[in-house]
Amino acid sequence: MAQKAIREYDAKSILAKHWDKYFPNFTYTYETVLVQNGSELKEVAKEKTWLKEKALVAKPDMLFGKRGKNGLVLFKDAKPGDVSLEKAAKWIDEKSSSKQAVYFSFDGDIPTGEPKVDMLTHFIVEPFAPHAQEEEYYISATCVGDDDMLYMSAEGGMEVEEGWDEKVTEVAFKITDTEDEIAARIKANIPADVADADKAAFAEFAIGFFKAYRELNFAYLEINPFVLQGNKIELLDMVAKLDDTAGFMMAEQWGNVEFPTSFGMEEKSPEVLAIEDADSKSGASLKLTILKPEARIWTMVAGGGASVVYADTIADLAGIDDLANYGEYSGGPTTSETKFYAETILDLMTRQKDAQGRNKVLIIGGAIANFTDVAKTFTGIIQAFENYADKMKEVGVKIYVRRGGPNYEKGLKDIKEAADRLGLWIDVYGPETHVTDIVRMAVEG
Amino acid sequence: MAQLFTKDTQAIFWNNNTTAIQRMLDYDYTIQRKTPSVAAIVAPTSGSKFEKFFWGADEIMIPLYRNTAEAKAAHPQADVLLNFASFRTAYDVTMEALNIGGFNTIMITAEGIPERLARGMNATARAKNVTVIGPATVGAIAPGAFKIANIGGTIENIISSKLHRAGSCGLVTRSGGLFNELSNIIALNADGIAEGVAIGGDRFVGSVFIDNLLRMEENPEVKYMLLLGEVGGTEEYKVIEAIKSGKITKPIIAWCIGTIAKYYDSGVQFGHAGASANAEAETAEAKNKAMAQAGIFVPESFNDLPKKIAEVYSDLKAKGVISDIVEPQINIVPKVRKSKQFICTISDDRGDEATYAGFPISSLATPDTGKGIGDVVSLLWFKKQYPKWATEFIETVIKTVADHGPAVSGAHNAKVTARAGKSVVEALVTGLLTIGPRFGGAIDGAAKYFKHADDNKLTPAEFLNYMKNEGVPIPGIGHRIKSLKNPDLRVEGLKKFANEYFPATPLLDYALTVEQLTTSKKENLILNVDGTIGILMVDMWRALGYSEEEINEFIESGTLNAFFIVGRSIGFIGHVLDEKRLAMPMYRHPMDDILYDVKMAEKI
Repeated sequence: MAQKAIREYDAKSILAKHWDKYFPNFTYTYETVLVQNGSELKEVAKEKTWLKEKALVAKPDMLFGKRGKNGLVLFKDAKPGDVSLEKAAKWIDEKSSSKQAVYFSFDGDIPTGEPKVDMLTHFIVEPFAPHAQEEEYYISATCVGDDDMLYMSAEGGMEVEEGWDEKVTEVAFKITDTEDEIAARIKANIPADVADADKAAFAEFAIGFFKAYRELNFAYLEINPFVLQGNKIELLDMVAKLDDTAGFMMAEQWGNVEFPTSFGMEEKSPEVLAIEDADSKSGASLKLTILKPEARIWTMVAGGGASVVYADTIADLAGIDDLANYGEYSGGPTTSETKFYAETILDLMTRQKDAQGRNKVLIIGGAIANFTDVAKTFTGIIQAFENYADKMKEVGVKIYVRRGGPNYEKGLKDIKEAADRLGLWIDVYGPETHVTDIVRMAVEG
Repeated sequence: MAQLFTKDTQAIFWNNNTTAIQRMLDYDYTIQRKTPSVAAIVAPTSGSKFEKFFWGADEIMIPLYRNTAEAKAAHPQADVLLNFASFRTAYDVTMEALNIGGFNTIMITAEGIPERLARGMNATARAKNVTVIGPATVGAIAPGAFKIANIGGTIENIISSKLHRAGSCGLVTRSGGLFNELSNIIALNADGIAEGVAIGGDRFVGSVFIDNLLRMEENPEVKYMLLLGEVGGTEEYKVIEAIKSGKITKPIIAWCIGTIAKYYDSGVQFGHAGASANAEAETAEAKNKAMAQAGIFVPESFNDLPKKIAEVYSDLKAKGVISDIVEPQINIVPKVRKSKQFICTISDDRGDEATYAGFPISSLATPDTGKGIGDVVSLLWFKKQYPKWATEFIETVIKTVADHGPAVSGAHNAKVTARAGKSVVEALVTGLLTIGPRFGGAIDGAAKYFKHADDNKLTPAEFLNYMKNEGVPIPGIGHRIKSLKNPDLRVEGLKKFANEYFPATPLLDYALTVEQLTTSKKENLILNVDGTIGILMVDMWRALGYSEEEINEFIESGTLNAFFIVGRSIGFIGHVLDEKRLAMPMYRHPMDDILYDVKMAEKI
């Protein structure tokens, strides 16, 4: 996926790095640190003395919002604005010591839906910034359809999210709009509620903000709220996504940015991590998601489109509970890459027998390839069969193959011969059989 | 433009992807195209001028260029750019082509071009009315006319999927892998496709479903359309709008894949980068439902798609909208082919009679043909029929340089070797091996330096100064005894011929202004015969319409020297035969003509 979320800390760091370019007439102190526990915070405080001198705010920095409503923003001890370094360190240790439940939606202050439960591992700590409610503003930018959108509001924080339609001014821009056109349109659309004294500064900030969004290849950039005090800016809360396909030309501009997995996502299994690692090193594409490891139907499908079609068809004909994994290999993987991919799946599917005592099913599917050599990729699968034949026979695996493309006759013949030789149950089909028809056969068989 | 491609469409292929290009040429050969579908290849880092490909069992050469501008200038009729650059450079290549202009279609294969760049590129192309296919696509095909790169797969699959001739379905998919599959399904259940496009898997692609379907609506060969969409995005709704507003009237069969996505949260990425639903309306199910309501033929599931195609097709057939197809003749691409070790582009001895650049020898040899040795040179050296004045000039040059007496070093060497008892050929090559920068080389040098001075608009004084800085005497200037008052009559002859028959002599005119300056310094610094030949050759090529680069290449590759070699061989052979007739003994140089100055070697 091209758009990847980054931490609030990284979003602020990127803006701070280019501050003078986009916001030459504004100041931003960039006092912010990212830590994983209390002692790390105290260690950092030796260098960044403001941590000892100022009242602090601490909150988790793990790609989720509504931290206030979840009670995960530390801004007061006895009263607002009195959090010391000691208190912040203690609070962070406390919150990171056990799993926390986080709700993603609220009805008023009442949480709705199921929470996600996971460890809190990263915290952002900043100075407490006293300000008046009227000084809070909202701004964000993203791409909708073919246009870039800029959203501005005279009110920040929760109120924007709850009263979006009335409170937010939306402005659309074509990708081909010039700098001057953009600036003129922003100036003409500053929300009416912005204090008159602040209007010019708001417009200037918004122009710089939108330019940074475009030039630094953000896919999404939100400051909610930012505080405008004369020419002084505070970035109280930020959310950002980067277009990671631009990474090759943004290495310098982004610096050492991390793309973390979101809070509550299941830990990736070692197998999935291994496939991801192999994928990153290969010119071909290798993808694997484990959906339900105890389910009986496993797929090993070539091609991004075909893999979706197989998943759709299994859900339709067998039901979603029978589908163990989703994945695809494409772009002409080497024999050894295919072998590794096949062994990973065979290993996963032969760990336990079906709870209801049925056969397991392995779908080796694919459309008619454009340029991938079918016999070559099947050689890798055959090598994997050789290593896993005993285990496959033990749990009882029926193999259904359907594939076309360069050299497919040889590929089908080879895999059939190998399975017969190894005593594995197999059925093979070529392009004369409809691509997903083996799913029907497997379900009916 | 109702049709994306015709049987005359030619492409410029950016990147020398020989496998994909060979697939295109095999397709061309199979469907009996007259011209290859790839007119030129842009290979920025290659030093070669062409790449060999098979054309059936034969081989053809496709020219290579260093950049798109040169390729387009040489092949203005090629209006398709197949951009096979990587995701790092694909944007620049596309934008450059859009600036050059003259392209109707640009196909981009790279996956993962930065989104902002892809959007800018697509918007620019749209404004210029250029159809962009991709990024992240395997391409498009107009069966029986033109096929992009690898689409359709192997030639066997192309024929079994009926992609070698036009059927009646217009096919649009996002996925490239499923494109092939659908072509096959359509061939099995109907009569194949008339035009097909895989629009590409990235989030931002150039031409979208509706662009392609609207074009197919206008294409009379297309009788119905098949659209394979995906979860994510709202492009399918534009198609529904077009049906409602009557812009599309032909029947459409459609299916959106990714119905599975509803069971999982957004953490699971199914398929392509563009495939992710951000709202209910973007789910595959919502889109399938909306399309069915709009009167589009939507199957129960992907597995039922073949049945739906057969249904729509047989209905149109029964109504007489679709008629039977007469299967065309095809060529069979041989399974075993051998690449040729040598290439010849000047003569051919395979027919009844050997030819020089297409002309049977008998049509040039005898006097009644009116052709001379100048014609033979123009055919075998330049593969062109030069006009009379040029072939006569070549002959004049050959005659002029044929000999310059026994004392010049080349002739002397030939004579010495002949007297050592060696054969004609051995003695001749000894003479020829003397030809180089100091002997005969002034022709090359004069052409090179005078052309350089003229190209750079140097005044005669500046030119003299330039040569002084280079530290070389001006080639082609100076004679042992001749001067303006006592002119070299060979030079006068050449100048007179040029004045009378050349359309223009700009370089000679320039050289004469230089001569005025040099002779004002010293009387014998005249334009000599070597200089005159070199300079007039440049004027000849200019008048014949060669580009300055081509002329520079002639000079660099030693073509001018070649005229001297041919001419002077006549003289050398004369001297060798003379020695044989005279039966002169072995030559030994008299010792009193050698200065001996040998010292005892020092120890180091």
